[in-house]
Amino acid sequence: MSRDTTARLHIDWTRCDGHGSCAELLPGLLGVDDFGYPVARSGERDPAVPRRDRDAAQHAVRNCPVMALRLYRVDHSGTRR
Amino acid sequence: MTSARRLLQDQDRHGPLPALRLDALLDAVSESGLTGRGGGGFPTATKVRAVASRPRKPVVVGNGLEGEPLSSKDAVLLGHNPHLVLDGLDVVARALRARRAVLAVGADLDPGPVVEAARGRRIEVVTVEGGFVAGQESALVNQLDGRPPVPSDPFTRVTESGIAGRPTLVLNVETLAHLALVVRHGAEWFRQVGTRDEPGTSLFTISGAVRRPGVVEVPRGTSIREVLAPAEPDPSSAVLVGGYHGAWVTDLDVPLTARGLKPFRAAVGAGVLHVLGAGVCPLVFAAEVVDYLAGESAAQCGPCLNGLPHLAGLLHRLASGDRDPALPAETSRMARLVTGRGACAHPDGSARFVASTLAVFAEHVGAHLQGWCPSETRSAAS
Repeated sequence: MSRDTTARLHIDWTRCDGHGSCAELLPGLLGVDDFGYPVARSGERDPAVPRRDRDAAQHAVRNCPVMALRLYRVDHSGTRR
Repeated sequence: MTSARRLLQDQDRHGPLPALRLDALLDAVSESGLTGRGGGGFPTATKVRAVASRPRKPVVVGNGLEGEPLSSKDAVLLGHNPHLVLDGLDVVARALRARRAVLAVGADLDPGPVVEAARGRRIEVVTVEGGFVAGQESALVNQLDGRPPVPSDPFTRVTESGIAGRPTLVLNVETLAHLALVVRHGAEWFRQVGTRDEPGTSLFTISGAVRRPGVVEVPRGTSIREVLAPAEPDPSSAVLVGGYHGAWVTDLDVPLTARGLKPFRAAVGAGVLHVLGAGVCPLVFAAEVVDYLAGESAAQCGPCLNGLPHLAGLLHRLASGDRDPALPAETSRMARLVTGRGACAHPDGSARFVASTLAVFAEHVGAHLQGWCPSETRSAAS
């Protein structure tokens, strides 16, 4: 079941302009780098979103002014959705 | 050294090209163990299978862009044996029932012989704009589709949606040439040279402190020293393996395989070997390379656009004798910071090169921080 799979946050770096609202909404997940761009605290390319941050992550996706964020899951077959 | 001229031998010795159905082609390529020769080293069969699994008819692209300044093997191959590359493209396009087959070559290459060789085949030869990142898969697809030649966000892969929204298979021209030989002679023949894990031959471009720079074809798994021998290299302490996105290797007796190169965090990549001259300061060299890489950023992704010039600046300070002891740690931090934070491999590859430079030349960095350069001493002594 997809319910068991990890949700991940994908940043489209070609869109991201470093507005910073995602890092404000997800302080545990994202920091801000030297240049004002979000940086995953875990060092992961697409950081895993813990259950407690799911609502805030959805909020961040909807509020990104350049629509650079996407929340997705990978099921057991490796398919992203 | 085993003579293994397959791609660079005279073309009329290859014989006629059989037409294969998709399953037979996938079997042959899968059994051969052929991997991409453009830099990524991804199993070719897996890539073909990914495109074959999509419902729409695909587009097949031969990538002859070769944006790496230290590489000329694709140009040599296309000049010497364009038919072999076109054969590979032909056989894959037919097996996949592709809508289009395109051979993309860089603007530096005289397309004449390639166009001539493609006459009578259902292959379009297209000259495209160069640049370091323009040969990256999605950047090439964008350019062929009439968009700016810059990479796309990799969330949607070109194997899912590329040219005109069709699944798109992009294979390096050397990979295609090997594929044409696998189809002719079989997987077993392909595996007669190279290692069990990395079969076949590879083209290597040799440059730097050598008497005879150029392109050679050798079995996979040959040691760096043996590959370099015909180029008559100067005695050297370090060879840059994999080009500007590569890493330095100081043990020239290691085989050019993933396992052999792992301790140096290097990879065969697109087969670039650059010999560092005894009188060349590796930090000056690295600063110039990173200047170039920063200039080649597609300027789409913030961490790359900002981070690479910053990295270049830090390296220039180290190279020019700035004795701030915090410089190496700050350079390492900046390299880590850009890693994994771009649409393409450009920040990651640039960071790998910088991290390797700092690790392999740690003593050299120490000397600079103490106010002297070992390379200057060496060239003055010689």
